[in-house]
Amino acid sequence: MRLSYRNRELVSLVAVGLITATGFASVYIALKAKVSSGSLGYAVFFFALYLAAHLVTRWVVPLADPYLLPLAGLLTAIGITEIYRLGTKDAFKQAIWIVIGVAAFALTLLLLRKDYRVMEQYKYLFGVGAIVLFFLPQLPGIGTSVNGARLWLRLGPFQLQPGEFGKIALIVFLAAYLREKREVVAQGRLKDWGPMLLIWGASMLVVVVTSDFGSGLLYFGIFLAMLYVATARLAFVGAGLGLFLAGSALVYEGTPHVRERIINWLHPWTTTKVYCPLNGQLTYRQDCQSYQTVQSLYSIAHGGFGGTGLGSGTFTTLSGAPLVPEQNTDFIYSALAQELGLIGAAALLMVYMVFVLRGFRIALAASDGFSKLLAAGLSFGFALQAFVIVGGILRVIPLTGITLPFVSYGGSSVVSNFILVALLLLVSHRANREATP
Amino acid sequence: MNKQLLRLSVASIVLLLVLVLATTYWQTWAVAGLQDRQDNAVQAVAQFTVARGLIEGSNGQTIFAANRKKKVGGNTLYFRRYPQSGLAAQTIGYSTTGSTAGLERSLGDFLTGSNQNLSNVFQGTLDRLGGGTVHGDNVVLTLNPAAQRLAMQQLGGRCGAVVAMNPRTGAILAMASSPTYDPNLLEKPNGYAQILKTKAPCPYPSPFLNRATAGLWPPGSTFKMVTAAAALDTGTFTPDSRFKDPGYCTEYGKKVYNSSAPDSGAHEVFGNVTLAQGFQHSINSVYCNVGIKLGAKTILEYAKRFGFYSKLPLETPSDERAASGLYRSTKHGNQLWSPGNPDTEVDVGRLAFGQERMLASPLQMLLVGATIANGGVVPRPYIVQRVVGSDGSIISQTQPQMLGRAIKPETAAELNQFMQLVVKGGTGTAAQIPGVTVAGKTGTAETAANHVYDAWFVCFAPAENPRVAVAVVVENQPNGFGGAVAAPIAKVVLQKLLGG
Repeated sequence: MRLSYRNRELVSLVAVGLITATGFASVYIALKAKVSSGSLGYAVFFFALYLAAHLVTRWVVPLADPYLLPLAGLLTAIGITEIYRLGTKDAFKQAIWIVIGVAAFALTLLLLRKDYRVMEQYKYLFGVGAIVLFFLPQLPGIGTSVNGARLWLRLGPFQLQPGEFGKIALIVFLAAYLREKREVVAQGRLKDWGPMLLIWGASMLVVVVTSDFGSGLLYFGIFLAMLYVATARLAFVGAGLGLFLAGSALVYEGTPHVRERIINWLHPWTTTKVYCPLNGQLTYRQDCQSYQTVQSLYSIAHGGFGGTGLGSGTFTTLSGAPLVPEQNTDFIYSALAQELGLIGAAALLMVYMVFVLRGFRIALAASDGFSKLLAAGLSFGFALQAFVIVGGILRVIPLTGITLPFVSYGGSSVVSNFILVALLLLVSHRANREATP
Repeated sequence: MNKQLLRLSVASIVLLLVLVLATTYWQTWAVAGLQDRQDNAVQAVAQFTVARGLIEGSNGQTIFAANRKKKVGGNTLYFRRYPQSGLAAQTIGYSTTGSTAGLERSLGDFLTGSNQNLSNVFQGTLDRLGGGTVHGDNVVLTLNPAAQRLAMQQLGGRCGAVVAMNPRTGAILAMASSPTYDPNLLEKPNGYAQILKTKAPCPYPSPFLNRATAGLWPPGSTFKMVTAAAALDTGTFTPDSRFKDPGYCTEYGKKVYNSSAPDSGAHEVFGNVTLAQGFQHSINSVYCNVGIKLGAKTILEYAKRFGFYSKLPLETPSDERAASGLYRSTKHGNQLWSPGNPDTEVDVGRLAFGQERMLASPLQMLLVGATIANGGVVPRPYIVQRVVGSDGSIISQTQPQMLGRAIKPETAAELNQFMQLVVKGGTGTAAQIPGVTVAGKTGTAETAANHVYDAWFVCFAPAENPRVAVAVVVENQPNGFGGAVAAPIAKVVLQKLLGG
């Protein structure tokens, strides 16, 4: 007997629920003194929440891919377990965000249940919307900066990072525009590139203004990838990469902030003392600028092959202060790698791989250009975002702070990624409906 | 578009695979290098999440190092406490948030359970899976707490050291170094500064210095054990070889005088004596002449056989032990010196009675005595009796080992007799114990100041079947002769260890 798509989803969600329960149970056992048995309530709560999401998919997109929602659930569960372990207060906020994320997921499905391709007609709205979202935090009054980067909106007790939603809007715009103009864009006429370059250039400008180079790398990568899928011209990718390197060289010369990132990446440890801008004295770089990078590497190395076990890792100094700043947002991967070890970290990366492959499978199955480009852009963006932050932590590339999808602490990221899953499910449902007679 | 999509999906997977590879690198190959880095704050804290093993005395009751639990940020951390405070502080060492020393440092792998033996791997995994604390291995020492306490009392705050060993096995029974410090102070504010201000009657009190293994003094007449060993073992002299003592010996046309008599202050003159009597009364002129006849090369050769010129093996960190031998001052400080041509470069007459530029540690002089007690074979010193896992299983048990033969058994027997004479009716009568034959050798080394000496005594008992050897040095003693200052200390420590 072959299970229907939705029943497969349900079975997978039960498995995810069990894994979540195990995770919270091990945190509870390790930190009995610190957390209450109520922590197990989280597992029950999440299972109920995903069950609700499942009921919506059963009703709206019955033929959609059965694994994306459980995979998203698994990543979210891994994330909140670690966030909970690092600090129960943030975990509670994150739980609220996940509820909002699931609501946004359901809302997206319901709003676009007739035909999501209606978005194509509003492509310029999405394009301009992306720019507006990128620019919002720059407005005085509502924008706030956290750690020197002005990327947030303050709404009551919550902070919002509109850029996370801008990313999805940008992908929708690029998919719609490239679907319409792919033949002429492939010919390389400037006139046809105009609107796309304008919107893309504006978003890059924001990136330079806000010093948010992680997002810059992400948008640029998504742009090149979608351009390649639409035009099949590798030369565009090559030229784009060349432009990127040239631009990086210019930025490197002109921006001390970027220069510092590159130096920290190449030479995090010094044997002689160098100038430290934080205290104005001569210090070893590992004790100043690259402190976060190297301590996060120590954290990863401390996990070794098998990890310390959930709840048994070392994240605070002897006086109880955090060892690695931003541990539960940008650096959640180093916390997970310490407690779950190489086995757990590799498993986590494999979950990302499966997620991305399911996304591309949807793109392949889709019948129209817009759907293909949309699914490919969302899937590649998902993979690239994981690569930019984890690669930065692991010194594969220079470190830039962006969130690890579904896992990092951060409301906007969780909500926007749930919207991303909803869009992929809509594309998948349509493709499978067309394929079945 | 599907071709491009396939290619892009492969590219995405490659990106993620790169992350798997990079993670593998940092969690396997790079681990050892990162762990040793000074700035590794994670490691610095993580070591306190492990409950370090206990360090216990030979009686299995006296705990030298234990743990004190403290909750920090929800984690249980284990800090050290030292219930015996300064009793064997320099040997046990310490493990604090800032640094480690002594056995706490050199046995760190066992004490933190990170030594990769089967029991540790198994138990550590179980502990981790159960969410519990990883427990280190307990270390049981050969140190006898009662004798150790007595030795510290006898030193009474003076600068010096007492070391005792079983000459048959090399097991260290006492290792006292004074002045000492309370390792519990190290975690207190200003504790370190307070320790450095320790006052004691010598130029450099240095409470952190383990004087038993890293303290160096001119061995004075205790070095005559080495000279006599060379004299007899080479067959150049016999115990009955006769000497005429005019009160001095002539070397390069200059007179090298005997030490002055404790009572009169004048240089002693003994007249016609044998080699044995020269040893019994510690007559410098006799050994000066022996030295001239043997040559510095031969004497140094024998010294090396007893362990001179090498760091004696022990479980303490290597930089807390110093090699004995000739030292000379260089621009890098006082350094061990192996003369290329000893017979011309060394003042052999003075070397023969332990002056010249000869410096020795108490452990080294103890080893000379223990070798004589052990029939000429040098025992390998050790202080760790066994390492016991947290589950009670024995992880390692020290088997006594010998470092090699230094002198013939007959030579050892003759020297044993020489040393018995010293205690029976020579310079070391203060070490006599009723009913037990004690063998010993005094030493009174000159210091830079007039009439201020470093007092030595090396002995073992019972002479017929030695079970305990003891070396004592007391530094910077005005008019303090080895027989008067050091021998009584050695005697009570001997008594304690023989009785127990």
